[in-house]
Amino acid sequence: MEIAIISGKGGTGKSSISASFATIGDRVVVADCDVDAANLYLIFNPLKEEEAVYVSGHDAVINYDLCTNCGLCETYCRFDAISTGDDGIVIISEISCDGCFLCSRICPEKAIDMIPNDKSRMYSGSFRNGKMVYGKLAPGEENSGKLVNMVREKAKETARENNIDTIILDGPPGIGCPAISTITGTDRVVIVTEPTLSALLDLRRTAEVVRKFSLPACTIINKHDLNTEMSRQIEEWCEQNGIGVIGKLPFDSRITEAMIESKSITEYNPQLDISNKLKEIWKKILDQSK
Amino acid sequence: MIKIAIASGKGGTGKTFVATNIFHVLTQKNVSSVLADCDAEAPNVLSFFESVRKETHEVIQFVPVIDVNKCTYCGKCHEYCTYNAIFILPPSKIISVIEDLCHGCGACTVACEYDAITEKPFPLGNVNICLYKGSHPIIEARMNTGIMSPVRVIKQALRHIGHEAEIAVLDSPPGTSCPFIQTVNQADYVILVTEPTPFGLSDLRQSAETLKTMNRPFGVIINKAGMGNNDVRDYLAREGISLLLEIPYSKKIAGLYSRGRLPVESDESFGIQLLNIIENITAGYGNSNNKR
Repeated sequence: MEIAIISGKGGTGKSSISASFATIGDRVVVADCDVDAANLYLIFNPLKEEEAVYVSGHDAVINYDLCTNCGLCETYCRFDAISTGDDGIVIISEISCDGCFLCSRICPEKAIDMIPNDKSRMYSGSFRNGKMVYGKLAPGEENSGKLVNMVREKAKETARENNIDTIILDGPPGIGCPAISTITGTDRVVIVTEPTLSALLDLRRTAEVVRKFSLPACTIINKHDLNTEMSRQIEEWCEQNGIGVIGKLPFDSRITEAMIESKSITEYNPQLDISNKLKEIWKKILDQSK
Repeated sequence: MIKIAIASGKGGTGKTFVATNIFHVLTQKNVSSVLADCDAEAPNVLSFFESVRKETHEVIQFVPVIDVNKCTYCGKCHEYCTYNAIFILPPSKIISVIEDLCHGCGACTVACEYDAITEKPFPLGNVNICLYKGSHPIIEARMNTGIMSPVRVIKQALRHIGHEAEIAVLDSPPGTSCPFIQTVNQADYVILVTEPTPFGLSDLRQSAETLKTMNRPFGVIINKAGMGNNDVRDYLAREGISLLLEIPYSKKIAGLYSRGRLPVESDESFGIQLLNIIENITAGYGNSNNKR
């Protein structure tokens, strides 16, 4: 069973909540799908067991020994990545290149090479309550959704091999490719939000995406007591839109203290109100996902 | 014009908070400014300002349309497509385009030798241009839901910044991948916003290293100071990265902001601190020859 934790807005507490869910009950596989800013390893200190190279795409690079600066590639490129300088030399911007290969195919001199971007990695290993898989996208690279898919495949394989039932996917912020790759085909989507106007606006967009893929979803309002009126508005909106609130969590600065000690809040102090609420919510999620 | 991007690896550290407050004080002082919301997946900037919408530009890309009467199922378009957006089963004479995967590179059109591929526009999002207080533009990049990449929408929004305003504030998307790079690549200076927690530090490190390889000057604002520990400050000192400001964590600020209000509206000293930062950046980096 795969449970995805996402949020449109960043910083609402996805990873802290995922970390708690991962340490409350039976052994789990945790997959950190926020490959752009992977953080869960800081709490779990996983023992690295495997490492795999992830090729995110290719960059077009001109071989100037062969290039005649004819500029044909510039006319074909749809990403504005190729330009001719004042000196008549054709250059390709690594930042704008999408890696589509078209320039390398049409170049009459065969002067363009496609160089693979192979600096991204996927790691897997063990942590204190199960297994963990996480990706690290090298800066500036695209196609993070493909790396998320690779992380999820590995997580499923790991779960099968170790007889673990539950996979927790800690997702990225936003609603683009990596977020979509995190939620497609999962058994349940948990959206973490907070009582701010920005979070509500982002929640609406997230809900639209979840609806497009017809996924069963629910919402957690984190730090709900920071603005109870906004929290009530969000709750109402969620009920009307079929992503009912499964639980509300109070603001608790000890979440940060726990993080500093590489612990989830439920491990740091299981007696706290927030810890009890997290345990209740996790139980409900598991019951409803059966 | 000087372009200042507000960025952070980690989401929710306060990028938009810093960008909107800076823009607000600049316009209060009648400095001609433009604010670009480049977080096209989750654009929120407009909710903080009462502005008037002036223009909307649709952002599109082209996707192929295959004429099955002309198609010979040779498979060359499929071979040319790097994104697996063309599905083909030659024995059963099945071919289709998976529009969501298409990047609009045009390779299939070039590949087809039978004139069977034409292209149609496919909407990705909008660039909305609004005016605040009559003369300060707010440019919003807004990707449609269900679209995979915000990059084209961001690029188009950046083109609308122009050169007229004195200061352009760019609210960047989170992360350090393509959407972030597209935004900061346009900037003369980058302000990284972080929080003093292990997650904040880990993501700050990654952003800082990325900006160093891009040769982009940057400084750091620590938001929600007081929570967490001193590791971020120690890291900045060790690396010689300038700490521009620490904004203490306050329930009052969080409460105001949660209702879509900006603290600079009521807190004059906070406004002055932000103005000083902008003045220093402009003095130090404003006359660069950055023509990007």
